Amino acid sequence: MKSGLVLAVSLVLVAPALAQDTPPPADGGVRVGITYTPGVRSRLVLLPGTGLDSVRAVIQRDLDFSDRFEVLTLGPGAPGGGGGTVNYPLYRTLGADYGVEVAPSGSGVNVRLHDVRAGQVRQQQGYYLPPPSDPGFRMAVHAISDEVVRWATGTPGIAASRMLFISSKRVHRVDSDGANLTAISPAGETALSPAWSPDGQRIAYTRFGEGKGAIVVQRLDGSERRTVPTTESQLNYTAAFAPDGRTLAFSRSAEDGSTDIFTVNLAEMCCARRLTVGRFADNLSPSFAPDGRRVAFVSTRAGPPQVYSMSVEGTDQELLAPFDYGVSGSSNAPEWSPDGASVAFHREVNRSQQIFILDVGSRRVRQLTSSGRNEDPTWAPDGRHLAFVSDRSGRRQVWIIDIETGRVRQLMTPGETRLPAWSRRLVAGRP
Amino acid sequence: MNPRVLLAAAVVIVAACGGKPPAETPAPQPVVDSTAIKERMRADSIAAAERARAEAEARARADAEARARAEAARAQVLAAVSSMVHFDYDRADIRPEDAAILDSKAAVLAANPGLRLRVSGHADSRGSDEYNLALGNRRAAAAKRYLENKGIDASRLDIVSFGEERPLDPGENEAAWAQNRRAEFEITAGGDNLVAPQ
Repeated sequence: MKSGLVLAVSLVLVAPALAQDTPPPADGGVRVGITYTPGVRSRLVLLPGTGLDSVRAVIQRDLDFSDRFEVLTLGPGAPGGGGGTVNYPLYRTLGADYGVEVAPSGSGVNVRLHDVRAGQVRQQQGYYLPPPSDPGFRMAVHAISDEVVRWATGTPGIAASRMLFISSKRVHRVDSDGANLTAISPAGETALSPAWSPDGQRIAYTRFGEGKGAIVVQRLDGSERRTVPTTESQLNYTAAFAPDGRTLAFSRSAEDGSTDIFTVNLAEMCCARRLTVGRFADNLSPSFAPDGRRVAFVSTRAGPPQVYSMSVEGTDQELLAPFDYGVSGSSNAPEWSPDGASVAFHREVNRSQQIFILDVGSRRVRQLTSSGRNEDPTWAPDGRHLAFVSDRSGRRQVWIIDIETGRVRQLMTPGETRLPAWSRRLVAGRP
Repeated sequence: MNPRVLLAAAVVIVAACGGKPPAETPAPQPVVDSTAIKERMRADSIAAAERARAEAEARARADAEARARAEAARAQVLAAVSSMVHFDYDRADIRPEDAAILDSKAAVLAANPGLRLRVSGHADSRGSDEYNLALGNRRAAAAKRYLENKGIDASRLDIVSFGEERPLDPGENEAAWAQNRRAEFEITAGGDNLVAPQ
């Protein structure tokens, strides 16, 4: 009886290293210097139901991409949830810890998280969903996925977020699951250094031409485009918004050969303030700590580029990521994690680039990648995933790594991509 | 014998031997051969024309040679102006072997006070995309500083950086990278009638 049911359900375990709808990496996966222990993640199953297949499919993939669960997939004809009556003993037999039920409810859905072991509903909530034709539909579903992750783990997921990157010289944006790829910067421009405002409503990037670069700030839909004053001449790049969204930091290369970090007040669009004094050295790639008080940046003051930090006034400058002089390779592209505990960057190793993480408290660095050339890391809103550019598949593409498990997946993007920037969590429904 | 010829000969003999010259004997008219004259005149004119042509050709040749010399000199000056300097990986120092290239530029700049240059720094694709912009800027500035130290006014040299955005050789190998780590020099003003340095 019981074994017959299991057969009918035809359970398929998703192999941890293979994300659904994502081709396996050409080299068979990343080799990382951290321990991957499968089986410690709880097992979650999306309960079958009538209708809402597209919603369930998006949620199931989001939960898989959260890397918080082992997502079990059920074959057709598996017993559904249906009004809170769930066959808990069956799902316990399948090894599930959680069951997620998605049921139609008025102009939206009702979502329940079942604690299979306890045999009860752990949390439930009704959500309004726009029609699937609405541009905000997928983001609204992603927001539901992130809530489910929060119910189960205490921390929301990262599905309701987006990525910026450069492809074919233009800034593109794409949802965290690789959907809704859209070019943002105008065709005919060469764009570099894309950055998100903290609310995900605006971006900044460098409009590059003839060896000079101006910094443009615009809304996501292309409206309210403005060039940051004092960046019209010379070469300005690596823009970064402060956590309060009011200040923009960037670097500027000057006629004497030095590159320095400046800040500008975005509301008044004026008053570029210089934070570093290069004297023939480079200071670039600012990244604000989440408290807005300190800025990580790259400096060549000691020779090869390395990662330093300073106060937002430019005072109290110090080495942040330790290195062995003459041994450690050049280090670049620091980005402070959303929880403030870590700084990700890339460092040259054996004439290639690899992703490293600095633990700010202990000042210890660890290497995350070793397969191919990996660079320009950017943090997911949960502070446990990083997107970065890797050539491991043969071309430079954006990949995502879960630093807890080492699991990687490729963000589905066409052509060569570079300079990714991950947004903070976005409010559902906004375009 | 013709009797008329005999008579004429007798008269001549008498005149030669007697005291008084014969009165008003018309000088013998030269035998006018008009065909020969025309021939000679034609030959003369041909010679003159040929001389003229040869002179013109010589002049043209001299002009062409002068032009070619000027062109070559100008090309040499332009080559001196536009020849690139290259850099070691992640470095912006002028290499000793490239100093002569910059010295030639300094001489041309000194001989042509109206000449202005744009110096652009470039990097290979091995380093970081954004850091390479700073590195390219430092390379352009190093070339500019070298020329300044040779007495060239800084205002005549603009610097820009292309980072790794404009590789000369798109290959991903040592030779391509070495080609791409460079500073380029482009005339922005005063490029006409360049004078070669003395």
